[in-house]
Amino acid sequence: MKMLEINNLHVDVDGKRILNGLNLTIEAGSVHAIMGPNGSGKSTLANVLAGKPGYEIVDGEIFFDGDLLNDAEPEQRAQQGLFLAFQYPVEIPGVSNMEFLKASLDNLHAARGDSQPNAVEFMKSVRSIAADLDLNPEFLKRGVNEGFSGGEKKRNEILQLLLLQPRLAVLDETDSGLDIDALQVVAEGVNRYRSENNAILMITHYQRLLNHIVPDVVHVLAEGEIVKSGGRELAQQLEARGYAWLTE
Amino acid sequence: MAVEDLVPTEYSAGFVTDVESETLPPGLDESVIRFISAKKAEPEWLTDWRLEAFAKWREMPAPLWAHVRFPEIDFNAISYYSAPKSAADGPGSLEEVDPELLRTYEKLGIPLHEQEILAGVVKERPDVAVDAVFDSVSIATTFREKLAEAGVVFCPISEAVHSHPELVQKYLGSVVPQRDNFYASLNSAVFSDGSFVYIPPGVRCPMELSTYFRINEQNTGQFERTLIIADKGSYVSYLEGCTAPMRDENQLHAAVVELVAMEDAQIKYSTVQNWYPGDKDGKGGIYNFVTKRGACIGDRSKISWTQVETGSAITWKYPSVVLRGAESVGEFYSVALTNNYQQADTGTKMIHIGPNTRSTIISKGISAGRSENSYRGLVRTSPTAHGARNYTQCDSLLIGDTCGAHTFPYIENRNISSTIEHEASTSKVSEDQLFLCQQRGIDTEKAVSMIVNGFCKDVFRELPMEFAVEAGKLLEVSLEGAVG
Repeated sequence: MKMLEINNLHVDVDGKRILNGLNLTIEAGSVHAIMGPNGSGKSTLANVLAGKPGYEIVDGEIFFDGDLLNDAEPEQRAQQGLFLAFQYPVEIPGVSNMEFLKASLDNLHAARGDSQPNAVEFMKSVRSIAADLDLNPEFLKRGVNEGFSGGEKKRNEILQLLLLQPRLAVLDETDSGLDIDALQVVAEGVNRYRSENNAILMITHYQRLLNHIVPDVVHVLAEGEIVKSGGRELAQQLEARGYAWLTE
Repeated sequence: MAVEDLVPTEYSAGFVTDVESETLPPGLDESVIRFISAKKAEPEWLTDWRLEAFAKWREMPAPLWAHVRFPEIDFNAISYYSAPKSAADGPGSLEEVDPELLRTYEKLGIPLHEQEILAGVVKERPDVAVDAVFDSVSIATTFREKLAEAGVVFCPISEAVHSHPELVQKYLGSVVPQRDNFYASLNSAVFSDGSFVYIPPGVRCPMELSTYFRINEQNTGQFERTLIIADKGSYVSYLEGCTAPMRDENQLHAAVVELVAMEDAQIKYSTVQNWYPGDKDGKGGIYNFVTKRGACIGDRSKISWTQVETGSAITWKYPSVVLRGAESVGEFYSVALTNNYQQADTGTKMIHIGPNTRSTIISKGISAGRSENSYRGLVRTSPTAHGARNYTQCDSLLIGDTCGAHTFPYIENRNISSTIEHEASTSKVSEDQLFLCQQRGIDTEKAVSMIVNGFCKDVFRELPMEFAVEAGKLLEVSLEGAVG
């Protein structure tokens, strides 16, 4: 079943064309990796999927579970099950992580017409996920990302992923800034999320992430469009040869 | 019920109560003052005190130093006394209060049904005694008998003048003198009612005390006067709330609050101020020009002001503490939110006179829309204030790019052994923060209110529990439409 379908997507940022006729289809149960040189439009793709202001779709369509997403508000997309793990998660001082997670879950439940999560169960599951990610329970009381190290911020994104259980997870350079041990923990978290019912779109610079989270499909993005797609081995080729041979 | 259902979508206190009132025609001269004084059957000393204040006021120029703009007020266009006819004989028992007035307070969520609370029928706000002031008069004061058992006096000040003349005469104007400032002098001349509290030595007041101010009548000003005296070793927590109908004209509210804390006494004074702020184009609203000051006259006494300001077209107010007693403590915790065309110039004064006195100031200003929000604070240590300490933290949060935040700190240090710290920050609710919230399913209005609540946490934590909830909700309502 097609979960995400992107047709001929053209996107401008500050009047400059960044995505230039991108096509991509993702099925439920699959993991796709997007690689590509700096400035090829990888993060733009992640942001435009999530509906970040300032990213203008000038042509093309994005369908998510059959619904046209082009003009949907970011929170509507989230409520439909689209999740973005941020490359640079921002801080919200004074709003505790726990409070933020509760607000998020409550709103997602409300939007789907589900009953509100039980507060005790909620606390339990948050604590258990935090423990799996080697996060000290104290960190749940701190402000959202406030004073977190780079690694803690990334693990916090994965905590949200595991708690909110979206349909589609877009991971924007989740591996950047992580040491080997942290990368392992994050990858284990993502693998735990992985299932037949959901899908993952990983954006990364490095093949090393793909050793831990093994993709079904690898795409190469260059100058705003996908120039090559293949299996896992494509990533290894890129590691050995770089990107130049694909764009020549 | 979901929290959202509890949150009104506009200024919900903006209705008018239809009662027949006795209202003085607009204008201000000695006869008006004599009328008010006669209405309350005041003793001669008080009439003279008012007239003295009036004579001083007439010589004073209106202050122009605050960072606010408004057309000159015509003090002869205001009526200085208005009271519901049914309340003409002063507050009696609850059964005698006009049901229309009771319904007004019910609509505002203010519990005046003492019987039901005592009987345990109404549980939502237990243990709060209320003095309800409607325009110029107090219409009811609840739980007076229960408080009297503890020796606590809680009554309209107009009544205290008769029942406790020695206390009123001794302390009225002792903290805010008649010639203190333009609006305080005006208040001294024309004040009509307000609350009086006396806590005897060693008594911990058994319940929260609260006064609820309601302006109803058109073209009237409200000039109430509150006097709270905490005798040696006593404790009281006092709450103040205010609302007014939505009207196109501006209305003046010039109150004076005086607090006196003797040896080892503690007064905690909390305000959630929700005066009508005017409409989104800046039309109408209350001018809230208020003088609030506490005197820690005894050693080791403590006065703590906590305020949440969302109302008024213009706010001009500086709840202050004069730290006279040795080791006395003054605190000021403030959240001031301005939206649309509101203007606020608010802060505090901490005057250190006694040795080893301490003060803490935490001020959070939030500006949205086209509003202007200023913090103005004075910390002064006199040569006698050995070892005095002050810590000030002053944070501003901007929402959007058409509002203003300003900080005017004044530090006057006359003692070499004192320690004064001042920290300040200005931040903005960023698009990235909003986007993060939205990406997690939280819409922008909720996100802004969550971010603002987080910003105010240090202050909300100082509020009595149920007030903190109310304050959070109020911020949410006041911020509506702040994000385009």
